[in-house]
Amino acid sequence: MIRPVGGPPGLPLSSLHGVRRIMPIASRDIIVSNSLGLHARPAMEFVDTANQFRCKVTVRKGGEEPYEADGKSVMQMIILAATQGTPLQIQAEGDDAEAAIDKLVELFENKFGEE
Amino acid sequence: MEIKKGIGVSPGVVISAAVVLDAEDLVIPKRQVAASDTEAEVARFNRAVEEAIVELTRLRDDIVARQGRELGGIFDFHVGILRDGSLLGQVLSEIRANRSTAEYAVSTVMRKYAAVFSKMTDRYLSERVKDVYDVERQVLRRLVGQKRQDLAHLSTDVVLIAHDMLPSQTALLDKQRVKGFATDAGGRTSHTAIVARAMGIPAVVGLGDITAEVNTGDLVILDGNHGVVIINPDEQVLSEHRESELRRLKVESDLATLQDLPAQTLDGHLISLQANIEFPNEVDEALHRGAEGIGLYRTEYLYLAGEREPSEEEHYGAYADALLRLKNRPLVIRTLDLGADKYSQSKAVNPERNPFLGDRSIRMCLHDIPMFKRQLRAIMRASVLGDVRIMFPMISTLMELRQAKMVLIDVMEELEDEGVSFNRDIPIGMMIEVPSAALMAEKFAKEVNFFSIGTNDLCQYTLAVDRTNEKVAGLFCPGHPAVLGLIRDVIRKATRGNIGVSLCGEMAGEPLYTLLLLGLGLTTFSMNGPDIPEVKKIIRSTTMEHARLVARRVMSFDSERQVMHYLRDETRKIDPEVV
Repeated sequence: MIRPVGGPPGLPLSSLHGVRRIMPIASRDIIVSNSLGLHARPAMEFVDTANQFRCKVTVRKGGEEPYEADGKSVMQMIILAATQGTPLQIQAEGDDAEAAIDKLVELFENKFGEE
Repeated sequence: MEIKKGIGVSPGVVISAAVVLDAEDLVIPKRQVAASDTEAEVARFNRAVEEAIVELTRLRDDIVARQGRELGGIFDFHVGILRDGSLLGQVLSEIRANRSTAEYAVSTVMRKYAAVFSKMTDRYLSERVKDVYDVERQVLRRLVGQKRQDLAHLSTDVVLIAHDMLPSQTALLDKQRVKGFATDAGGRTSHTAIVARAMGIPAVVGLGDITAEVNTGDLVILDGNHGVVIINPDEQVLSEHRESELRRLKVESDLATLQDLPAQTLDGHLISLQANIEFPNEVDEALHRGAEGIGLYRTEYLYLAGEREPSEEEHYGAYADALLRLKNRPLVIRTLDLGADKYSQSKAVNPERNPFLGDRSIRMCLHDIPMFKRQLRAIMRASVLGDVRIMFPMISTLMELRQAKMVLIDVMEELEDEGVSFNRDIPIGMMIEVPSAALMAEKFAKEVNFFSIGTNDLCQYTLAVDRTNEKVAGLFCPGHPAVLGLIRDVIRKATRGNIGVSLCGEMAGEPLYTLLLLGLGLTTFSMNGPDIPEVKKIIRSTTMEHARLVARRVMSFDSERQVMHYLRDETRKIDPEVV
């Protein structure tokens, strides 16, 4: 089962799991502005970038079909169905969270090299 | 224990462990492995993923080099899917938690994603379902391929269970270790059936869903004689089968002593026992069993073995091979008798609604003269290498026979023009397997040198029963008085017309019918090689006088039940082993 809201399908939400060391968290809200939205190539670029960092990356979509995607899973990023104009929250959790967020937001600002 | 019924297409019984083979393009059935094997499945999965990534990367580089960056993107996405940690994690937990095979785990997880993708409202995104399927196939192909490679190096004897054996799969088999086939699909002329008969191992096809019922490692009893597969038999069934196997071996070795003795009745009538074959190399086995020649060489294999029609040289090579092995003993080559089954229908552009009454056999040949001629040329060229006779199947009207003969004469003239030698007096015969031909036997006898009665089709067409349809198969009985009446008349008319007559259907190899057929005046029987000794034993134990008495009595009965009861009693008096 793939849950419409929640973490990686099949894996428990880390936030529901035990007590952990408090990690730095960085979060940013953005709006998808490139015309095709987060289609295969941008999703790959996002995941590839996220994978350059050790922190956990989560992308949330609100609205009528809320979904929380693992930013390192290209399948979940596609399921996010983030078309042009969709507001998203990107959250990074880990020592390099700030740096990761900067890089990831930059991708959106550059419209993933489109146009 | 579970018993599955299918169609026995290659005789013999084997008790062995099963290996289940998946095909990459099919729905992979749910199947489990032993708890101790789950890590091996995990390793197989990881290996398949790594191989797929290597292959996709190579493809990507290739495309990028030739067509630019844009087109390479799709492969990046596919590689991205194969590196998706959460997806891989789900496959691994499916294998570990449910003891699934790697194939099933991949298939389950990917199909869940496919279902989500295909429901997405954005058209572009919902189309990504194709990529999911593509990646699934990439991995499955490697998993299935690994097993195929493994099949080339088996360490123990196995029975192979598959949806249907593909030529690419059988080509790789470790033939020393594969002891039988059982498949979901297929019929008598399926590739599986042909390969099994060529290898001389039992096979049962048309089992429906055997791939879902059997797990690799299960013990199975495969009975090609009765078309049955028993999965995980209990002790009692197992020992029964082992005993009957021993009995069979004993009987066989007893019968082997008959090999060099003539098939002669006690009152001195000599009968000719010949064999039916499909492959030239079967000649040796047939002669070993005591065959005096080949009464029916089915040439369909030549057409079914490859993906395309055989060339004249391939035909010629096969016929020459058989003749070399026969050393001047007769070889009756039946021209192509194809059609009417699943195999030809699935390849047809427009499948026929009623293939058994359709464009099959000689009709098909007369609709494709160039193809027909290629075979006839090869037969005629081979006719100088030994005692070759030619036989046309499925003749239902005189015009058909005359057309076929005309094509043959054409071929002879061509060969003559080319200066190629052939036997102008080659004996020409026809199968009698359609009631119209049987009823007109007197007329046909004036136009051919011999008849061969094909009782399987004759029975099917006379009784209007498809014996592969289990709902009506019980009505199929060559002992039906109507069928027997036709056989009697055909033998009689051939004898009066002074031409040869033989019988090459399964009836010829059934000891139960031997007395009757002798009594009806049949002097040439053609059957599967292994059946020869038992039929010979009956012939050598009776007199023609007695056989005629039996036949007269049988022809007075009005139901097949009476016929069968009586024949069983009479045959058992001679040979108590007959069941």
